[in-house]
Amino acid sequence: MVAASTPSAITRLRNRLEGPNTIGNSRRFWTALALVVVALIAFPVVGGTGSQFSLFLVLGLLGLSLSLVWGYAGVLSFGQVVFFGIGAYTFGVVSINVPTPAGITGAVFAGVLAGAVVAALLGYFMFYGGVRDVYVTIITLVSTLVMLTFMAQTAGSEWTIGSAALGGFNGMPAIPLLTLGIEGVFTFQFVFNDLELFVPVLGVVNIDPFYYLSLAVLLAVYLGLRVLVNMDFGRVLVAIREDEDRTRMFGYDVERAKLVAFTIGGGLAGLSGVLYAARNVYIDPSVFQLYFATLPVVWVSVGGRKSLLGAVSATVAVEYVRLSLGGELALVVVGALLLVSILVLPGGIIPWIDDKLSDGRLDVSDVESPETPPEATEP
Amino acid sequence: MSESSDPASLGPNVRQTAAEMATGDRTETLLQTEDLVKTFGGFTATDSVDFAIEEGELRCLIGPNGAGKSTLLKLITGTLTPTDGAVYYNGHDITDLAPNKRVDRGISMKFQVPSVYGDLTVRENARLPIQQFADGAERRQLVRESIDAAGLSGYEQVEASTLSHGQQQQLEISMAASLEPDLLLLDEPVAGLSVDERAKIAERVTRLNEDEGIAFIVIEHDTDFVGEIADKVTVLDEGDVFREGSIEEIESDPAVKRIYLGEDDGGDE
Repeated sequence: MVAASTPSAITRLRNRLEGPNTIGNSRRFWTALALVVVALIAFPVVGGTGSQFSLFLVLGLLGLSLSLVWGYAGVLSFGQVVFFGIGAYTFGVVSINVPTPAGITGAVFAGVLAGAVVAALLGYFMFYGGVRDVYVTIITLVSTLVMLTFMAQTAGSEWTIGSAALGGFNGMPAIPLLTLGIEGVFTFQFVFNDLELFVPVLGVVNIDPFYYLSLAVLLAVYLGLRVLVNMDFGRVLVAIREDEDRTRMFGYDVERAKLVAFTIGGGLAGLSGVLYAARNVYIDPSVFQLYFATLPVVWVSVGGRKSLLGAVSATVAVEYVRLSLGGELALVVVGALLLVSILVLPGGIIPWIDDKLSDGRLDVSDVESPETPPEATEP
Repeated sequence: MSESSDPASLGPNVRQTAAEMATGDRTETLLQTEDLVKTFGGFTATDSVDFAIEEGELRCLIGPNGAGKSTLLKLITGTLTPTDGAVYYNGHDITDLAPNKRVDRGISMKFQVPSVYGDLTVRENARLPIQQFADGAERRQLVRESIDAAGLSGYEQVEASTLSHGQQQQLEISMAASLEPDLLLLDEPVAGLSVDERAKIAERVTRLNEDEGIAFIVIEHDTDFVGEIADKVTVLDEGDVFREGSIEEIESDPAVKRIYLGEDDGGDE
């Protein structure tokens, strides 16, 4: 019975993961994705700097959250870092107060929930208050600056929640190491380079378990969002992005759909923030700064906002370039990248590549004459 | 607010024409507006409009630019909220009902500018309204029928923005009709279409009206088209109902000609 249902289960899974709203609906894509995942798994083992790369993977979640909210639901939000920061601070406060494995695990959920709840509240007042288009952008941008101003003045001892001092611009140090599980059942502490792995040829290699956690989470969220945007609900989001009034007149509750997407986006940004704080065991208000608030918009624009794949690959790529360059030069390069992508490739790089590839495929199948390919004629 | 459970007590009586009273047709009022006022700042777009149509009726709405036709339609769909007055649908006060809730009750609309989703394929367009109430094989069947009815078989995978203006109009009518409404509002469905395409839309509208019993309110300037499809014509002028009657009555009315042309042309065509 199991054997008989296996092919149909794979087909069903593929049907859920594929659809008109995502790039990569072919066996070739899934093979390529599997290769990339294998490469990412092998990367730290063969000597890559997994510790730095885990940051890019964590920020990939933040990019995905904006891709859902902006690329699919059409709501340009500069506020993803608000939910990111609130997730991070919530994780910090809860884990410092309850530094047991169960407490820290709970802090992860608390951080995600906090991001989602704040997004739901802000979204409720915006969408049901009739705020649309550029005004949503302005409100979300202002809310990051409000958060920055607020968190920056929390240096005093009165800004202490339990035993966690918010610390103003000095930030909140001494966040305990990420530990998942429940005491007495199973616990795992994510200590950097704590895992020793014997690899043939290379010998014993120390690897970072946090890197694999962030890779697994990012992959799961990417696949989960693929399912979401290709569901009926995802198609409604795309319809709202394309024409809000038309969609309303097909009987859809546009405000509710936008609120649900915004809330999910808030939760994802919160998750990203939790992992960010857990990775750095530290968080400060710089995550609410204008520069950081614009980064998700840059990643998603460059990669292609209407594509989850574009958002996540551009986040990793842009962050890699940005942090490798560092300083003023990074600012200039990121700004130039944004300008060039808007002027030359407004749809983003990944959709453009996908277009080229599918054009190529069409050309191949359209050619009916058995002409020798040009490569073969060359000596 | 003042939703009553007794439909008979709601709204004023429907004015019936002499012909209807003579034939003794017993039709139910589907939609009725009562003293409907909409002002934008100092400008009065509709000025206490009393307008009613019956189940299964096909009504055309004509009038010069700025007469309040589109505003009236938007007040019926709920896109605009009236400054004063009420809208009754199937005997219920729907004045405060959100647009999407009105769609649930059976009011559907085709916008003036073809508003198909340009970036989506024809199939994805057709699927969107249907996915709300049908699943699996039934959904696929309805989507296919919807595309067929628009005359777009074979275009399923084509992006809607690449269709001609007429095809987009047909697709949007299909999408609006696939919700199986009782009342379908069309805002200038044949503007900018060729004679051929216009005839197709006329045939389509007539068929939906006669075979499926959908009532229509059609805003249209093209009097040939109006003559071809309408049971009855309402002329709006300066935000209020100016005349109501058959197309012949309206066409031969010198007062209508005057408001349309903005001057007395002495009845010369």
